[in-house]
Amino acid sequence: METVKKGTWVRIHSIALDVTDRAANIPEDTRSVPLEQWTKGRLLADASMGDEVQVKTASGRTATGELVEVNPQYELNYGKLVPELIEIGESLRGMLWRDK
Amino acid sequence: MTHYEEMMAKKNEIMHSAIGINYDDFEEEGISFDYERMMKETGYTIEELQEIQAEFFVGNTPIIEMTNLTALARKLAPEGYGASIFIKDEATNPSGSFKARRASIAVHEARKRGYKGLIAATSGNYGAGVASLAAKAGLECIVVQETYDSRHVGQPEIVEKARACEAYGAEVLQLSVGPELFYKFLQLLEDTGFFNASLYTPFGIAGVETLGYEIAMQMRERYGKDPEVVVVTNAGGGNLTGTARGLRKAGALNTKIVAASVDLSGLHMASDTDFNRKSFTTGHTGFGVPFTTNPDRSDVPRSAARPLRYIDEYYTIRQGEVFYMTEALANLEGLERGPAGNTSLAVAFSLAQKMKEDEIILVQETEYTGAGKHLNPQLSFARENGIEIFFGNPKDEVPGKNIILPSDPSLIEAEVLELGGIKRSYLRNQINKKGSKDFGERELEYLREEMNVSQAELDELLKEF
Repeated sequence: METVKKGTWVRIHSIALDVTDRAANIPEDTRSVPLEQWTKGRLLADASMGDEVQVKTASGRTATGELVEVNPQYELNYGKLVPELIEIGESLRGMLWRDK
Repeated sequence: MTHYEEMMAKKNEIMHSAIGINYDDFEEEGISFDYERMMKETGYTIEELQEIQAEFFVGNTPIIEMTNLTALARKLAPEGYGASIFIKDEATNPSGSFKARRASIAVHEARKRGYKGLIAATSGNYGAGVASLAAKAGLECIVVQETYDSRHVGQPEIVEKARACEAYGAEVLQLSVGPELFYKFLQLLEDTGFFNASLYTPFGIAGVETLGYEIAMQMRERYGKDPEVVVVTNAGGGNLTGTARGLRKAGALNTKIVAASVDLSGLHMASDTDFNRKSFTTGHTGFGVPFTTNPDRSDVPRSAARPLRYIDEYYTIRQGEVFYMTEALANLEGLERGPAGNTSLAVAFSLAQKMKEDEIILVQETEYTGAGKHLNPQLSFARENGIEIFFGNPKDEVPGKNIILPSDPSLIEAEVLELGGIKRSYLRNQINKKGSKDFGERELEYLREEMNVSQAELDELLKEF
C-alpha cells in the first residue's frame, strides 16, 4: 500500500464512546451505535491508509485515530436544483411588480 | 462507572477552572440565585462592551427597511394594517452572524485571563464566531460539533460551519449524534486547559446586549421612536435575553419582545435517525422550549440566558414558511441570507399584518449564506433523505415527513405558543428540583422574576401542582 508521508494533512477517525459506554437517557437508535469522532491534522510519522496514527491538529494537540483520508476535501455544493424555489421568486415578483 | 460517568462526575471542577467563575457565590436560598448580581459582577457595562467589540470590528450593523416585504404584507392585510418591517443585518459582522458579539466577549475574557485557547461546543454560527475572533486575538481554538449520523451523512449546514471554522484556523472535532458531545467537550477542556467559550456565561450574554442597545439608538435617530415589536429567534435563549436586556438598558421599556422558533415538534433531538430529517439545526422548538422552561440545562451551573424573564409573546413557524421567506428576502429585498436566521423574519411577516401601518416591527438578525448553508442544498438534502417537498398549506406540515412551501404568501401564519404552558413547565421543573412546592420568601420572589409573573399569577399556577 502507498505510504502517506509524515507531515501530510489528513483526517482521522476513532470511537469516542463504545455502545456500552453511552449515556443512559438517550433514544434507543442512538444508544445502539457508538459515538464516533473525526478530526484533522499533520501526520507525525509515515503511515498507510487504515493505520492507527497520531496527528498534530490545528489547535496544537496530538490526537490518535485511524487514517481515513489524505488531503481531506470539502464536498459542499448547492445541491440539486429545487425548482419550487424558482417558482416562489417568480410569483413574488409577479405579485409586486409584473402584474401591475 | 463508565468513562462517560467518570468524566461527568468531574464536571463542576473542570468548569470552574475553564471559566473562572465561582457560581456558588451567587447561590441563595433553595432554588434561587442572584441573577442580576452575577450579571453585574462578572459581566460588562454597555460602554465596556462597545469598546471591546469595536476592537474586533463587531457590531454597529446596519438596519435595513424591508420596503417590498412591507408592501407585500400590506397587500395581504386589512386596510390600515401592515407594520413597517425592518431587519438588523447581523450577517455583516465578522464571521457572518450576531454570534460574533458573544464570541468577542468570550475571546476578550480568555485573552485577559491568560488562557492559550478557547473551546466551543456548537454546530452553529457561534463556532465560526469564536474561531474568527480567536484568530484575530492570536489564540488557539477548538470547535466541537455534532455533524454526522451513524451512516456518516452530515447536515450540509453543519458541514459548512466546520469548513468556516477551519478556514479561521481552528481545529474542528466532529462527532456523530448524541448528547455525550458534552463528555468530549469536558475531556478537551481538561486535556488542553483552554477557556470554555460557553454560550451561556454572563459574558456570552452581555455580548448580545449591544445588539438590543443599538436597535433603540439607531431607530430613535432615524425614526424618532423605538420599534413597537422586536422579533428574536429563540433556541438556547441567549439571543433573546441579551437583546431584551440591551433594549432595557437603552430605556426601550415599551418594546414588545417576541420569541420565534421553528416548529420541529415530534422530532427527537438526540435521535440518530431523526438527525437528518430536520432542515433546521438551530432556532427550533427542540432547543427553544426546553431551554426556556429549564435554562440551567446548559453547559454551565447557572445559565445567563434566561429568556422567560423577557418574553412577551412566543410564536412558532414552520420550516416551509421560513424557506419561503428566505427566497422572498433575496427576490424582493436583494438580500441573500441564511435560512435559519430568517425564522424571526417569517414570524415578523405574519405579525406585521396584524399591526397598524404606522407601527414598526424589527427582526434583529440575519446570517451569512453559502454552499451547504443555503436553502437550495438544505432542501435538496431533505429531498434526498426522503422528506417530501411541495406547495400547499404550511399548516399541514409534519416535521420529519414533509416540508410544505406556502402556495401563497397569505398562508404564512405564525402560531401562538401559549406562555401559560411554558410557565407551567418551568414551574414544574423548579418544583421537581426542590422536591416540593413549599417555597420560601426569597424563592417566591425568584420565581416571580424568572417567570415574569405577579404573586397572584404565581399563586394561581402553584395551585395546579
